Amino acid sequence: MTDQAYNFAYLDEQTKGMIRRAILKGLAVPGYQVPFASREMPMPYGWGTGGVQVTAACLTPEDTLKVIDQGADDTTNAVSIRKFFQRTAGVAVTEATTEASIIQTRHRIPETTLSAGQILVYQVPIPEPLRFLEPRETETRKMHELEEYGLMQVKLYEDIARHGQIATAYAYPVRVEGRYVMDPSPIPKFDNPKLSGSAAIQLFGAGREQRIYALPPYSDVVSLDFDDHPFTASKAAHDCALCGASDSYLDEVITDDAGGRMFVCSDTDFCGGRRAGGHLGALGVAGAL
Amino acid sequence: MGVMDMKLAPPDQAEAPLLSVRDLGKMYGERIGCADVSFDLYPGEVLGIVGESGSGKSTLLSCLAGHLQPDQGQVVFQTATGPRDTVTMAEAERRRMARTDWAFVHQNPRDGLRMGVSAGGNVGERLMAIGARHYGDIRAQAIDWLGRVEIRPDRIDDRPRAFSGGMQQRLQIARNLVTGPKLVFMDEPTGGLDVSVQARLLDLLRGLVREMGLSAIIVTHDLAVVRLLADRLMVMKDGHVVEQGLTDQVLDDPQHAYTQLLVSSVLQV
Repeated sequence: MTDQAYNFAYLDEQTKGMIRRAILKGLAVPGYQVPFASREMPMPYGWGTGGVQVTAACLTPEDTLKVIDQGADDTTNAVSIRKFFQRTAGVAVTEATTEASIIQTRHRIPETTLSAGQILVYQVPIPEPLRFLEPRETETRKMHELEEYGLMQVKLYEDIARHGQIATAYAYPVRVEGRYVMDPSPIPKFDNPKLSGSAAIQLFGAGREQRIYALPPYSDVVSLDFDDHPFTASKAAHDCALCGASDSYLDEVITDDAGGRMFVCSDTDFCGGRRAGGHLGALGVAGAL
Repeated sequence: MGVMDMKLAPPDQAEAPLLSVRDLGKMYGERIGCADVSFDLYPGEVLGIVGESGSGKSTLLSCLAGHLQPDQGQVVFQTATGPRDTVTMAEAERRRMARTDWAFVHQNPRDGLRMGVSAGGNVGERLMAIGARHYGDIRAQAIDWLGRVEIRPDRIDDRPRAFSGGMQQRLQIARNLVTGPKLVFMDEPTGGLDVSVQARLLDLLRGLVREMGLSAIIVTHDLAVVRLLADRLMVMKDGHVVEQGLTDQVLDDPQHAYTQLLVSSVLQV
């Protein structure tokens, strides 16, 4: 049951209205960072205050919420945010990607393809892709306004010059609908192709930086690259040790002090679903779900 | 001024001026930044602007290069599609021009370089800004330009922090000239360098200007620099142009009292 001390989904209705206006503006101008009056939330900055506010503004009593942290449903951040909304909104929660109407995520896109009607909410630490190259906000805004994105390319150039390849592995910059360059939040670049043409609505919330941006369904999202160094979505060159999947993003888990390690799907729901369906990896145990 | 204008016969009368400045003025509140500045700059010509500190020469240069918005006057630049007033054109267009047709060499290389980005990245930035997306091509051009400004190709991945002052300044020049601009603005390009490094830089600049057929506007307080580089000279005092003419003429036979003072103030070794 909803704790009666709180308004539905914690935030007051005026605040939710303000955030919804920012979201609608963001959807109207894909990739553009819309400033909004971010509120203090009962959690520290960097723990997903932006994502939580966006989720709160989108939630209705009929929604089913899923929260993941690095792909997993059972890590601290995911558990505490899920409990937060159970208590303040009383909504149904799930771990199944297909059953959720709203998914709040930290740094991953679920492996299961999202469908129309779903909303994916990203937690964003630093929304400005040009920030580490140009520290002045006045200047970066001007660069977005005038589409001056040569500097973003300089970053990739530096990668190749220093490492022989584009070494940026997460928060890999993308260009949306041929217009705005956008930070996709620190998702691995393995997930970048899933940003493009998704049937779901994708919303990005940065609480500390007070910015919201969005990708409407079926947006065209292109990862930046060079003609002779094209973008590649990379992952560890292994199969999942538990479910045997060869096409999912993997976490490396250290198993002992003697160099032992295993690679497992970072998306726990995807991995569990495969094991329940009879797929088994090298270290997997049948029926381990 | 009538007599003065006749002396300033441009190199080729049939050619249209590359830059045509009329009645340019900039006020800082009650104080004059620069006022009533008018001149024409023809393709391939180098114009020196000299004057003491606070005479308005840097203000003038900033207004010409679009870094400052002048209060009045016109700055008409001969673009590929005909003459355009850069004061009234849209900012997007002006900034695009600043990346392609213009170059700006700052006195302090730190203002003109990205200190956290390698030499190659610094040179390549303008190429990437105008759409170059082939890493190999960009790098080849960067190496070519480092060579032209006498920086060894094996320094391409070093950051400017690891360079000497003279090298930083040469890198800044390479970074600016890589897109083949028509007009270069230079603000005290040799300031803060010791004399032997200055001499080599001047030699390099003179070669590049001639080789690429660049037009340049050089602001300096160093009369030796303009003697070497500039075809024409403008002397500024208190925001006004007090004398202009051919460089040798102005320096050897200064007419205005202030120019006479300026020329006679140069220390002889």
